[in-house]
Amino acid sequence: MTGDVSGATEVVVVPTGTANLASIRAAFGRLGADVVVSREPERIAEASHVVLPGVGAFGASIALVRESGADAALAERIAADRPTLAVCVGHQLLFRTSDESPGAVGLGVVDAHVGRFVGDVRVPQFGWNDVRGEGRFLRPGFAYFANSYRALEAPGFDVATADHGGAFVAAMERGRVLTCQFHPELSGAYGRALFERWLAC
Amino acid sequence: MLTARIIPCLDVADGRVVKGVRFQGLRDAGDPAERAWLYEAQGADEIVILDVSATPEGRANGLEVVERVREGLSIPLTVGGGVRKIDDAAAFLDAGADKVSVNTAAVAEPPLVAAIAQRFGSQCAVVAIDAAMRDGRFEVLIKGGREGTGRDALAWAREVAELGAGEILLTSWDRDGTRSGYDLALTEAVAKASRLPVIASGGAANARHLADAFAAGADAVLAASIFHDDETTVGAIKRELADMGVRVRS
Repeated sequence: MTGDVSGATEVVVVPTGTANLASIRAAFGRLGADVVVSREPERIAEASHVVLPGVGAFGASIALVRESGADAALAERIAADRPTLAVCVGHQLLFRTSDESPGAVGLGVVDAHVGRFVGDVRVPQFGWNDVRGEGRFLRPGFAYFANSYRALEAPGFDVATADHGGAFVAAMERGRVLTCQFHPELSGAYGRALFERWLAC
Repeated sequence: MLTARIIPCLDVADGRVVKGVRFQGLRDAGDPAERAWLYEAQGADEIVILDVSATPEGRANGLEVVERVREGLSIPLTVGGGVRKIDDAAAFLDAGADKVSVNTAAVAEPPLVAAIAQRFGSQCAVVAIDAAMRDGRFEVLIKGGREGTGRDALAWAREVAELGAGEILLTSWDRDGTRSGYDLALTEAVAKASRLPVIASGGAANARHLADAFAAGADAVLAASIFHDDETTVGAIKRELADMGVRVRS
């Protein structure tokens, strides 16, 4: 594990667009982690913990990740079961395709599609929804969502679901890889506890 | 299923929380960061900060306020007030806001809404609509409710949805500061006019008012003075709402 003399865990945050990283930086900062922002493949390969956030569109985000070669580094980490966490659009980037950006291809770690919410529900989904499911990291509880697109399945991963016009993938985990459609950094005590469990792995 | 959201609103001028009927008779109500953190601890679902500073210096303080609030806040933060161009939105987001709210500038220049949505995503683009009943219809007001626009509030709600807005912060200028309850007719009409989530604002004095707004179709409610006066807490209001059958995050 890399870290400074005090033993703080280094968390490399991979920027995926023009979105602000203030909330995610603040959340890990409050947990005593050493946050570094980088899209360099070497940093991503070496870091003990890597976070792929994401606020923005699927197509633009994957293009930025590809441009720097971060896509291969991320895929390798995930394949090697090294601590990797993805949030919102970052979570969606693990899938193959999305309704949001037809023609764009994601990391394809999960062989499934991300579709737009359908039915008589508000879009975007904005607010606190109850997450069902339990795993190494995930627990049942209320988490904060802000999304118009969601996956309905995630083959190969343990899935936690929530309901917005039908069940969707709220989060998924496999080994030391955790990805969340919701925003743990904005989910109060629930999100803080989730980050703590993941940082400890 | 989503829960009904309770959003305390902090009107901030020159780095301090102020209260009163938005721009009149302002009184000091404390430090914005301490207030925001207190409300999170009480169970608030989000925080809204509206910078009502009258001067550029005051607004510069506003960015520092957002930075300080963010450090200790782990729920969503929306910031509005004085966002006139995309750089203003970028500055608030960089400082730690999760969403920015545009109002007067959006009416004057609707492409600003599309620009914010395209650059930062719809989930960052909140459009604040101030409305009041004028000649039998809901009219959009600007400049802190001081000026009519001739625009129909329902048509404007549909238009901002098409421009890419992610949420509507709907304030009734007939009710703001009256403590007589939200404008339910306005809330219901705007909630039906688009699929966007609607935050009702203006007029709340008690839990019954909040429950009525949710029944009228609001996804969230904004309230300021009932919390600032320490008459009650977010947690106490949520317990009352739960007793009335409203699904809230506990």
